[in-house]
Amino acid sequence: MNDTTTGRTERADVAIVGAGPAGLAAAVAAAESGAAVVLVDAAAQPGGQFWRHRPEGIVQERDGRGHHGWKTYLDLRARFDAGRERGQITYLPGLQVWMAEKDDAGFTLRTTPTVAGPVGGPAVAARRLILSPGGYDRQLPVPGWDLPGVMAAGGIQAFLKGNGSLPGRRFVIAGTGPFLLPVAAGIAEAGGQVVAVLESSSPAAWLPHLGAAAGVPEKALEGAEYAAVFARHRIPYRTRNVVTEVLGSGSRGSSRVTAVRSAKVDAKGKVRPGTERGYADVDVVGFGWGFTPQMELPLSLGAETRLDADGSLVGVVNERQESSVPGLFLAGEVTGVGGAKLAVLEGLAAGAAAAVRDDAARAAPGLHAMARHRRFAEAMHRAHPVPAGWQEWLTPATVVCRCEEVTAGQITEAREMLEARDARTIKSFTRAGMGWCQGRVCGFAAACLGQGPAAPPSAESLSSAARRPLAAPVGIGELAALEPSDS
Amino acid sequence: MSTKAQRGAGGPAAAEQPGSPQETVTISFDGRPLTAAPGQSIGSALVAQGIVAWRSTRKGARPRGLFCGIGICFDCLLTVDGATNQRACLVEVCEGMQIEGSCTPDDGSRA
Amino acid sequence: MNQTSDVIIIGAGVIGAATAYFATQQGLTVTVLDKGLPASGTSSACEGNILVSDKELGPELELTRYSLGVWHGDLAEHKKLWEFESKGGIIVASRESSLTSLERVMAAQASYGVVVEKLDPDALRQAEPNITPDALGGASYPEDCQVQPMLVAAHLVRLATEAGARFVADTAVTGFLRAGKRVTGVTTTRGDFAAGAVVNCTGTWAGELAALAGVDVPVLPRRGFVMVTEPLPPMVHHKVYAAEYIDNVGSSDAGLQASPVVEGTPSGSILIGSTRERVGFDRTVSIDALRLLAQNATALFPFLAEVKAIRHYHGFRPYCPDHLPVIGHDERAPGLWHAAGHEGAGIGLSAGTGKLLAQALAGMTPDLDVSPFTPARFGEQARNTSHREEATA
Repeated sequence: MNDTTTGRTERADVAIVGAGPAGLAAAVAAAESGAAVVLVDAAAQPGGQFWRHRPEGIVQERDGRGHHGWKTYLDLRARFDAGRERGQITYLPGLQVWMAEKDDAGFTLRTTPTVAGPVGGPAVAARRLILSPGGYDRQLPVPGWDLPGVMAAGGIQAFLKGNGSLPGRRFVIAGTGPFLLPVAAGIAEAGGQVVAVLESSSPAAWLPHLGAAAGVPEKALEGAEYAAVFARHRIPYRTRNVVTEVLGSGSRGSSRVTAVRSAKVDAKGKVRPGTERGYADVDVVGFGWGFTPQMELPLSLGAETRLDADGSLVGVVNERQESSVPGLFLAGEVTGVGGAKLAVLEGLAAGAAAAVRDDAARAAPGLHAMARHRRFAEAMHRAHPVPAGWQEWLTPATVVCRCEEVTAGQITEAREMLEARDARTIKSFTRAGMGWCQGRVCGFAAACLGQGPAAPPSAESLSSAARRPLAAPVGIGELAALEPSDS
Repeated sequence: MSTKAQRGAGGPAAAEQPGSPQETVTISFDGRPLTAAPGQSIGSALVAQGIVAWRSTRKGARPRGLFCGIGICFDCLLTVDGATNQRACLVEVCEGMQIEGSCTPDDGSRA
Repeated sequence: MNQTSDVIIIGAGVIGAATAYFATQQGLTVTVLDKGLPASGTSSACEGNILVSDKELGPELELTRYSLGVWHGDLAEHKKLWEFESKGGIIVASRESSLTSLERVMAAQASYGVVVEKLDPDALRQAEPNITPDALGGASYPEDCQVQPMLVAAHLVRLATEAGARFVADTAVTGFLRAGKRVTGVTTTRGDFAAGAVVNCTGTWAGELAALAGVDVPVLPRRGFVMVTEPLPPMVHHKVYAAEYIDNVGSSDAGLQASPVVEGTPSGSILIGSTRERVGFDRTVSIDALRLLAQNATALFPFLAEVKAIRHYHGFRPYCPDHLPVIGHDERAPGLWHAAGHEGAGIGLSAGTGKLLAQALAGMTPDLDVSPFTPARFGEQARNTSHREEATA
């Protein structure tokens, strides 16, 4: 499947990072506009997280069971494969970009194999670059969330889509946002038992935003589908409910999830005394608090950013999906979390624009549809905020940074004693965000804790949490083997 | 525990795939032979056998296994055929694969 | 006008924090101003070295040994706060020629009282089992230590404020208050602050600040990249570097240089330093810098080729053309003091610098003669004519 495995430089008109809905669409649009395209993706096959599927060499998923928009995928995939056959698209799967550089000639990507391999990845050089790296579940720490059996909600879905099996038997899915619904529905349809879905917001929060939602009728249909699945499998959907503690059993070194404590919360996320209850015999808990776009590559290239309605740091683009950096296009979740349909539209627009040599060229297609989807996404974000009171669910011993095992108490101490107040100073003084994942998991929470409970984190703080000079771990032997630069 | 997890792993989504090859692969985990399905991730193969943690944290010796499931969090690291710190959620099993966890923290044995 | 104090310290990096700490110990009233938060500049982008091994004979070595005494003496009770680690340094020679120069340096340092022990190849392998088989021998410096520099700065500021100092964050200095020639305070983005003495502890930015007072302090930035590996079990037990390092520290070559400096840390990550290049305040990541770090590190510790780097960082080391720091009162602008330009040694030298400067600020004779570091060495003239007129007006 890989079009190259050597350490040479691949050259193209347009380089694309990510083969999810936005990246696939961008590759197809750019190639169909006549550009030579190189697409780099971390996964072994196209689809991204949304269309993750079982290894094609083992299982052919013709009917797309459990997938949304599978027809769109099959269409894009056929056009993508046709582009490869014409020699217009070079597909480089299994590679992570560890650094992106810009110079007068364009962009250079440095890559490294996602899984251990005998050689490093090639460099990719292109005049234009489209970044569509997607995002991942945003997490808030809670006591016990580092027990084995606690997963990201999206991780459970990825497990199911990628392996055709479930990571456990009895699930509690918790957090906020419409994404909890397909996760729970997928588990139930695959034979797992969803003990409860705990949603911190309230459906009443949707009402003021229905006008915007009405512009996207397919979302209403999706909602109806989930409602049917929930009814069929008798899945309790409890709003204004949160997990306050995940309980485990077993000795410290071998403990794992066995139960969950929950409580009702008010509109600010404050626990209402006397509403606590427990769910026993639970072996998997899935958490999702919206999504965090992967911003390290746009940030490293100097792209302008803003805070989106969901509190995430996202890239600023114009109507051609071009960022503040000329020649750098952004598509998908990095411009604002908005789902796969919007990502496809943005990818198509970015691909077409990036392929055109004249900057004054045609307006992007699909602008109206994109605007509708963005309005819907914004309504969803406003209806499913991160509850302001979440920090009160923590105890001083709650682990916040899973990699470096930094606790909430240590972070509070750094804030109160050492003047720390943003993700950068929290990291300097406590090591939160300095470990393997480089703050991808705890960055948002650390930024919140640095700010204190009064206000959400600033763009500056989130930006310092999302700056990762190495966008992926890279072998020191690979670095030693790099070619000296020309200058 | 392992029977419960196996029941989950053998759910309808797996069983009903048309043309799904029936053969299995054998891998070893910490010296124990395990059976896995072709195309499965290492993480999924271990969870299917009831193994949900295979790493201990450096400071608190806390058990860790899958978390993000998509290669972001690096919680599920293990050693695959001698290559250290590989992500169990991303690496596919293959016949004869030797997998080692690190359930004692920093024992200094790795080279 | 904000409240008047005896001393205003500009900059809450390690140098400013140490000066604030010791000034409050001297009973002075202290205000610390920083344009951001503590440890936001070079202090947060270095390796936290407290080294005697890399010092040349002369005033810097004397200051180093004095400072080491302060770390182990006055500051001993706080060691845990900043992860003080007496890890010891090892210099490794892999060529006959560098072994010869190392032995020469060792002899000179030993005659000066530095504790140093020659390591034959067997002793070297015992101390660092994973060292390159090419190593011919080395030198062990048990006095070399390490701290977490951000915690040093933050805790010293905290300890100073608990002893009565005032810390004002997010306050950039925009100019100086003058009474004739004399500096009597600063103007800032948050109003004016008056004081009997103003201390410039702004590191790489010390030259710019001095220029606001009309005096020339030629502190320049030298960029250094450091690479950080994935967490590992203990594989590197000391701060290990190549014999060529000493030559590089004193070098005035502007081009990219990299000497392998490899050390384990309590967190399990290995730090790989450090490049040195003169590119102003350019923050562009340099592929060449990363490649050189990787090549030199794997030459010293071959196992590192199989290890992953998870991040890197860079900082701007403040240096003066003569590679000595600037410490003391500036006669050209009475009332203005400097403590800056410590190059790659600022963390180690901070404790001694702060204590000596505090003694001088309190009107005492410092424990160590700081005249080799005097700002007066940069010439008697104030920097620009217009300011001179203003000052004499």
